[in-house]
Amino acid sequence: MLEDVFRDQWGRVLATLVGVLGDIELAEDAAQEAFALAAERWPRDGVPANPTGWLITTARNRAIDRIRRERTLVAKTGQLERELRDGSEEAMDETATFPDERLELIFTCCHPALALDAQVGLTLRTLGGLSTEEIARAFLIPFETMSKRLTRAKHKIRDARIPFAVPPGHLLPERLDAALAVIYLIFNEGWGGGRVDLSADAIRLGRSLVELMPDEAEAHALLALMLLGHARSAARLLGGELVLLDDQDRSLWDQRLMDEGRQRLERALALHGSGAGGLYLIQAAIADLHLREPRNWEEIALLYQQLERITGSPVVTMNRAIAVAELEGPQAALAVLDRLELDGYRYYHSTRADFLRRLGRNDEARAAYARALELTQPGPEHRFLESRLADLS
Amino acid sequence: MKYVLLNYTKADPAGERQPREMHPAVAAVLERPDVSGWVRLQPAESATTLSLESRKVLLTDGPFVDSKEFLAGLILVEAENLDGALAVASELQELDVTAAIEVRPVLELELGGA
Repeated sequence: MLEDVFRDQWGRVLATLVGVLGDIELAEDAAQEAFALAAERWPRDGVPANPTGWLITTARNRAIDRIRRERTLVAKTGQLERELRDGSEEAMDETATFPDERLELIFTCCHPALALDAQVGLTLRTLGGLSTEEIARAFLIPFETMSKRLTRAKHKIRDARIPFAVPPGHLLPERLDAALAVIYLIFNEGWGGGRVDLSADAIRLGRSLVELMPDEAEAHALLALMLLGHARSAARLLGGELVLLDDQDRSLWDQRLMDEGRQRLERALALHGSGAGGLYLIQAAIADLHLREPRNWEEIALLYQQLERITGSPVVTMNRAIAVAELEGPQAALAVLDRLELDGYRYYHSTRADFLRRLGRNDEARAAYARALELTQPGPEHRFLESRLADLS
Repeated sequence: MKYVLLNYTKADPAGERQPREMHPAVAAVLERPDVSGWVRLQPAESATTLSLESRKVLLTDGPFVDSKEFLAGLILVEAENLDGALAVASELQELDVTAAIEVRPVLELELGGA
């Protein structure tokens, strides 16, 4: 219970602290102290009326104490320095309202001057409230490596002065794309690796973004896309094993999440207006079509074609090929795949293997499954491919 | 004739930052009249490199590393934050006359002893 409150509050509290202290590391340490104190006191004394205010005020007081002890740091923390000088006591009141600066923090963490893996780790740590250890485990890398990566990113933000601000209009579209990409990458790590918790974290981040930018069509669309996928997760991973969409038990689909996803999609469409769709809007529309029966493969193929025109990505063409297989047969679909250079992409080989299998070209199908297996981490997807390969021999 | 002296230093394996204090003997040299200006840079880890890929400016985390190119010049920029410096660098990089531009924050400190 308290843990849920903490996870919900972490990003909110941390963001305000970064705004006040001007340093993520300092803010993190102070927030951690405040949360530890809350864990000790709240069960005994009861949860305060304004838990967010209590956490922020407590953390800030701790940070101020520490800075007073290490006077040399003060010069770097502009706003705080002013507050210390003015000694504004009323701002220290825990009932005061604090600005929600999560959006500023998202744009700092997803700044393109940071390496993508650092953006992902930092976003999960600061806004997702995951511990460094949890992030390291989720991405299957040693704790030390993840810890160094995060520290390095935080130092770069401080030393290079990466802004803690919502980007100005001319930079916003590009920067928002970067933030959406980070959240979607987190979702896909969870999706591909069968780690439902990571997908849930991405959805939480997506919800925050929609709350903070309620007029952005693509933010709604990304949330819709994730919800429509996540709604199927219980049916998709049954007893830890991967089940393909056509074989899924639809009664296991989460109707509430599907409804919410469709509402988000509607909202995104309304905000977007006419004209070519955005990247996530088209993908969300495709995800929605996949959940309807019978599936409208013509519509799906058309949407993939739109997506192809925007992205020029061979991965999108590969996905269109799946629709082509339904409309024109696996032979035509295979011809589409053969034009693509995606040798390092596991789904390219598994898709190709499936077409070859349906054409009865079993030897080639086996080779393609073997190649896909080489590129897949152990887990449900790996076991699924193994069973497909076994069926062919 | 003006000259630029480019200082290189060994990376600290512990990832320590540069000391804020300057070596007094170095400070003495920097105060001489023939030294017209100097800057100390933040560690290479704080660098961002801009390059041009299919006519679009691409940002990469970290310093520029390639032996085929040579250092051709340096430009000092006053900006409120990294985005300000990146804006100037992008503008230059779009002209497609340099292989890459590395943006590195300057370590702001007083001259030792001053």
